[in-house]
Amino acid sequence: MTVIVDYDAGNLRSVQRACSEIGVRAEITSDPSRIRDAERIIFPGVGQASTAMRSIQNSGIDQAILDAFGTGIPILGICIGLQISLNRSEEGDVETLGLIPGHVRRFRMQNSELKVPHMGWNDVQVAKSHPILDHVQTGDEFYFVHAYYPEPENEACVYARAEYESTFCCALGLRNFFGTQFHPEKSGRVGLELIRNFMSWDGTVA
Amino acid sequence: MLSKRVIACLDVRDGKLAKSIKFVNTKDIGDPVEKAREYYLDGLDELVFYDITASSDRRKIMLEVVEQVAQEVFIPLSVGGGVRDVQDATDLRLAGAEKINVNTAAVERPELISECADAIGSQNVVLSMDIKRVGENKVQPSGYEIVTHGGRTDTGLDALTWATDGEKSGAGELVVNSIDADGTLDGYELTLTRMISEAVRIPVIASGGAGKPNHLRDVLTKGKADAALVASMVHYGTYRVSELKNYLHKEGIKVRRSW
Repeated sequence: MTVIVDYDAGNLRSVQRACSEIGVRAEITSDPSRIRDAERIIFPGVGQASTAMRSIQNSGIDQAILDAFGTGIPILGICIGLQISLNRSEEGDVETLGLIPGHVRRFRMQNSELKVPHMGWNDVQVAKSHPILDHVQTGDEFYFVHAYYPEPENEACVYARAEYESTFCCALGLRNFFGTQFHPEKSGRVGLELIRNFMSWDGTVA
Repeated sequence: MLSKRVIACLDVRDGKLAKSIKFVNTKDIGDPVEKAREYYLDGLDELVFYDITASSDRRKIMLEVVEQVAQEVFIPLSVGGGVRDVQDATDLRLAGAEKINVNTAAVERPELISECADAIGSQNVVLSMDIKRVGENKVQPSGYEIVTHGGRTDTGLDALTWATDGEKSGAGELVVNSIDADGTLDGYELTLTRMISEAVRIPVIASGGAGKPNHLRDVLTKGKADAALVASMVHYGTYRVSELKNYLHKEGIKVRRSW
């Protein structure tokens, strides 16, 4: 069973609908044991990193995700789900899960012409191939809504970048975890194909 | 680089797609779910549904429309019309809307903006403003006034002040709808759009008056809008969404072209 992790961080049904569009029934759950037993895990989320972190700690979801990461279950983190997989976020200055070494930073927005948050469609540059990005080409556009971005310590974790105030990492991965700063569930055909790739990914990287 | 967005607005009355001219004489022109799917497949960047139903069971009908569209369309979906409290906003979100537009109720009770921002996140709260040109005066120094109830009620509020207050209260985006331009197909209100866009740091969606592709180009460049809302020009089949986007691309404006 594919599970979508529910921790009061946004609209999970749009992710569930996207799964159903590609023929996958996904269960929305906040039960840590369902998460540990899942075949694959989607870890979505919008909102605030510190609030999200508190919520997964209170429900024991944090440990379930750490366990799943350890046992090799494929995990797809989306937006806040990606951000809290790093060590620390500037949003609420909070320590996060730490699956992947790195920090989450805020756009500095020194150019007054730029709007906050970074909202809308932006093109990605593929940095490295990955089974989940199988069909994605540099120049394909995805839908973003965020004011903070991930900065993994290790360049080898960076799979795609995008450009706003500066170039930032918008897709990262380590072992059985893959995360996107953009929302594949709201990114039309290319987004649905990314989710489809995740559904056939075995959690290993060549 | 971030793309400029083309957004289609679907006015929905009793579950059917309606189009108004200058906010009066609305007529029904089709099935919103069908239209939404058609535009999505043709490269639309975002959809806005505006509920203009007058009947008392409006909420239920609109939730059904949103639910149906959300199952078929995988781009951001924004819904407005009659959102009065956080419950309305969260119900629509559960039905599948990403963003919630507040308008009249926010004018009557400005706390609605911050309440919604707290409940569903600032980035999902769109302050939709219907604006009338009144000429510069002491009460409306910008020369523009906020109106409500489809343009029938003057509020006395200065449009520029209301826009910046809305941003401070937690709106994540603004819709600048010129009721002078609405339905005319003569082009957007460029002066108004630019004035508001330069005064805030949240995205501005220009609305009202789009009739030709060059109107979109002008409002996205001279008008400094982040997104352009279209209605009649695509609803009646005069232009296709993909045609508009190809035109904007040729004019040197960055738009999403892979879909």
